[in-house]
Amino acid sequence: MIKRLSLILLLAGLGSVFLGLMLTYSADESLNQTASYYAEHTAKDLGAANIVTAIIVTYRGLDTLGEVTVLFLTAAIVGLVLAQAKRREPGRALPPAGELLLTGTRLLLPLILLFGAYVFIHGHLTPGGGFQGGAILASAMLLLLLSNPLQRFSHRLITVIESASGALFVFIGVLGIVYAGGFLDNRILPIGTFGELFSAGAIPIIYTLVGLKVGAEFSSMLVSLSETEEL
Amino acid sequence: MLVTIAMGCGFLLILIGLFGALNNRNILRMIVAFAVANTGVNLVLVSVGYMRGRTAPILNDAVPVAEAAARIIDPVPQALVLTAIVIGLGVTALMLAYAYKLYQTKGSLDIAKHSELKW
Amino acid sequence: MTLTLTLVMSILLAVAMLILAVMAVRGKRSLGISILSAGLVSLLASVMFLLLGAPDVAMTEAAIGSGLTTFLFFFVLSRVRRGEHD
Repeated sequence: MIKRLSLILLLAGLGSVFLGLMLTYSADESLNQTASYYAEHTAKDLGAANIVTAIIVTYRGLDTLGEVTVLFLTAAIVGLVLAQAKRREPGRALPPAGELLLTGTRLLLPLILLFGAYVFIHGHLTPGGGFQGGAILASAMLLLLLSNPLQRFSHRLITVIESASGALFVFIGVLGIVYAGGFLDNRILPIGTFGELFSAGAIPIIYTLVGLKVGAEFSSMLVSLSETEEL
Repeated sequence: MLVTIAMGCGFLLILIGLFGALNNRNILRMIVAFAVANTGVNLVLVSVGYMRGRTAPILNDAVPVAEAAARIIDPVPQALVLTAIVIGLGVTALMLAYAYKLYQTKGSLDIAKHSELKW
Repeated sequence: MTLTLTLVMSILLAVAMLILAVMAVRGKRSLGISILSAGLVSLLASVMFLLLGAPDVAMTEAAIGSGLTTFLFFFVLSRVRRGEHD
């Protein structure tokens, strides 16, 4: 009884703080200084059409490096916590999944992979980018896991993809320090014409590496969870 | 007006998520409530950058390069929320892994049974 | 206050999101329905992001929030089948 009452009191206090914040908020009339700088200088200096992509990859690229590191730590910890000593051979053979699921998987899997690759290669022209494309790649792996739950996945391949993408990402960032303005500067490659696929310097390459790394990490989390034994 | 509706909905989602996290006894229900609170926080952050009469920050035929600064909304909160959504998924996966390990040691998902750390 | 289509849609989305969130945190229903309600809250929030002019964020929330999170929950739920009834 006391617990419920104190919970209601806490939520009421927090709610009044939120109400105060909401009543005194009024939207701006024009862009503030940071945003107007980004809006005016993206097309000239970087050549990217998607301003959010330009901010994530070049203007605030150090935050993206931190995020990639946190995701790597998460995938490693999940793999460590759920590690089993040795997987026994399952005594019973599962009946095969339904005809609809198997045929649908064979049809849809290449299409989903192609769509995911399209999303993170065109990240600088259309809405999209590395994180969305990586999540779509992990969904394709999930479809494989659903249609055949006992399939063995080689952890080695996923680990190789993830480590190689991460190392190349940092390497291109250091190349930016050596050849151009700063860390993860995309002017090491020519900027090209605005709106084409091979434009905006190194942004497509950087985002492709981020997409592959994120997809490999989510897949490794899903595979670790699915390999736990049923109690 | 759209900003008020979105911000109010976001704040209410945070409150509902916190209530669920503190009131339930099943560990999985607590994690579901945390996921709802995460969605509320992201909704509040994105609604701060909206401005009336302007459109999304992508330069194409509809928003030519020359008048970009007068036609787009603030792009910085969107970049921050992208990072926040991805890391929210990572934290949820970690919580679920630890919940599974707790279930393996005691055989129950009730938080009142895991009382080794109580004084 | 002019009733444009955007405004009506946002009000409907907000009401639906709040009803589904209350369904997700109540302790009376089964765990599967709670997880599905949380996934639906993420999906409706993704549509709301589109109304607020953020297509990148909408794509990310739809793929990650209502796709991968729901699957993660159901994986773990299938492993702890006995602890579900509290």
